[in-house]
Amino acid sequence: MTAKKDAQQEDLFVSGHRACHGCGMALSVRHILKATGKDVIVVTPTGCLETFTSPYGYSPWRVPWIHHLFENGPSIATGVAAALRAQKKNTTRVVGIGGDGSTFDIGFGALSGMLERGDDVLYICVDNGAYMNTGGQRSGATPLYAATSTHPAGKESVGKVEMKKNVPMIVAAHGIPYVATASVAYVKDLQKKVKRAMEFRGPRYIQVDTPCPSVWGFPSDHTLEVGRMGVQSGLIPLFEMEEGEITHVRKIKKQVPVEAYLRGQKRFRHLFGTEGEKEIAEIQALADKNIKKFGLLGKSKA
Amino acid sequence: MSIVKVLEGSEAVALAVKACRPQVISAYPISPQTHIVEGIAKFVADGDLDSEYVRVDSEFSAASVISGASAAGSRAYTASSSQGLLLMSEVLYASCGMRLPFVITGVNRTVSAPISIQVDQQDTMSLRDCGMIQLFVESSQEAYDAHIAAFKIAEDPKIILPVMVCMDGWVLTHSYERISLSDQEDVDRFLPPFQPADFLDVDNPKTWGSIGEEDMVMELRYSVQQTMQYAKGRIKEIFAEWAEISGRDYGGLIESYRTDDAEVILLAMGSMTGTIKDAVDNLRSEGDKVGLVKIRSYRPFPYEEIWEAVKGAKAVAVVDANLSLGSEGAIGMDLKAKFYGAPNAPLVVDVIAGLGGRDVNESRIRKIVEEVKEAQVSGFFLREPYWAGLNPTIVP
Repeated sequence: MTAKKDAQQEDLFVSGHRACHGCGMALSVRHILKATGKDVIVVTPTGCLETFTSPYGYSPWRVPWIHHLFENGPSIATGVAAALRAQKKNTTRVVGIGGDGSTFDIGFGALSGMLERGDDVLYICVDNGAYMNTGGQRSGATPLYAATSTHPAGKESVGKVEMKKNVPMIVAAHGIPYVATASVAYVKDLQKKVKRAMEFRGPRYIQVDTPCPSVWGFPSDHTLEVGRMGVQSGLIPLFEMEEGEITHVRKIKKQVPVEAYLRGQKRFRHLFGTEGEKEIAEIQALADKNIKKFGLLGKSKA
Repeated sequence: MSIVKVLEGSEAVALAVKACRPQVISAYPISPQTHIVEGIAKFVADGDLDSEYVRVDSEFSAASVISGASAAGSRAYTASSSQGLLLMSEVLYASCGMRLPFVITGVNRTVSAPISIQVDQQDTMSLRDCGMIQLFVESSQEAYDAHIAAFKIAEDPKIILPVMVCMDGWVLTHSYERISLSDQEDVDRFLPPFQPADFLDVDNPKTWGSIGEEDMVMELRYSVQQTMQYAKGRIKEIFAEWAEISGRDYGGLIESYRTDDAEVILLAMGSMTGTIKDAVDNLRSEGDKVGLVKIRSYRPFPYEEIWEAVKGAKAVAVVDANLSLGSEGAIGMDLKAKFYGAPNAPLVVDVIAGLGGRDVNESRIRKIVEEVKEAQVSGFFLREPYWAGLNPTIVP
């Protein structure tokens, strides 16, 4: 899609919301809705997205939108989808858009239930790797060795010592028709995946890497660059799965060392003092493992 | 027109729900509620009920699914009990605030610990503050009729709040009773399809579930409080309208039983009121001037009607099958709060009874009346609740 074509599409998520400067999440949602079109009902659990888009009396949403609670986004979406079925509104689709706190942690049971039931919902996790709405606490999506406010770096701590939960693969294990990962740094790729997801009926899942300048700690005009480096390092593999099989990966022409990605973010600053070499090497090994596992190096076919 | 069948209480409720044609039903098992959703599942499986029946992963999701369905403009229903209702509590608060008019059967059961599946009213009554209308029933027949009224109350354009019909577990859900079932045409005439003014509509997109700050939370709570007050009138009218059609009349917000010249009045809710009526009859025949006020609408709390019914009595014994640990029973608190300062108000004694399935039988009711008479002599000031049927020899 050309820039001109993109600009001509109707914006269903408009300006005036209260996201931080450079918010990767706000940008991704704008482009997600361009891809879904306006015959959708959006369900958003509690989190940044809900907070910066719904101060009473103001709304950037040009589609019907509902927020209910933190841990029930998928179940609210199920209810909306059931009501649409009951009312024979066959063209209107349900899109859940939630952060990683609700998706990976507090609403994970509800998500699993929704997937297992086969409900016709596209669930999109806009993942910024921590509880940003409350100031950046550790979530199940926080990457290895990132410092967060509830797992800070210190004399006895190198930040989060656990791995990021592999939600795309757990979701795929439910046997759903479509799973993809995307990044706000590659908007065309993101929109292509949303459009592909809309071609399936049943539960579908897309996880979008959405860098957060406020909590990751980088200048607010570097969001796309940070996102790109995450992908090009191999830490954020972008792939699609249909009916349980990987059908497409976004190739990396030249792998960026993870050090270059980590160095630009305050949440990894503690790895660049007197110690941290071992941890950086471990993160590099994760990236290398992804490169190998998904076959990320090389030229894309499409 | 009605036909009469001998039915289990749960089956009667399932038939009432079927007659109301909910478009979305969510189901999760918990004793002693399960027979209700099982009954409805069979209707759907047999093609006798055209509803979306969603088998959810938890009670949290059960309440969430009907919340989403209600927001999208569908009539929605679920049932639960005990721990399930507690797990739903966060959802119910939010759905009351968002004005989502679904109906839930709250099957009364005690709550853990100790884990117990026996009846008391701790579970449903602990949800009293969330903004739901809560109706309590004495019999399975009343449960049948209250469900039909409940949808109409919830969907009243000036109410738009969830309604919970609270019925005692086992005593009602699992016992067989002679039930009059109304014709489908009568129910359809009484309860037309749900047509909300507002719903999630792609042709008229609106933002639901916004943030409200210090400039509006009080006003939104006040509006629910005003709605509760308004609902007192509508609940009476709607039950009267259904009584006209069905021929079955239970009264409005309360039922007064032999209270006219009563000196001691028992006040209670749920299935125990049937036993209390028998006890009142027997005590009356022995010359005791006793009566009963049965609360049908617990929220909104009908203190005006209760006052009218008991103001001439010397004492009211509130039989609470629940307890706010560290204080006393919830109905006792409600009543004392409203009666305090009223000139010549009857004395109010709180009685804790029936917790965890402890039987509230006639001999216990007689003891309660004796206790109240004794207390009238010894005084009520700062009095602790009386525990009916407590076995002090095994208190740890």
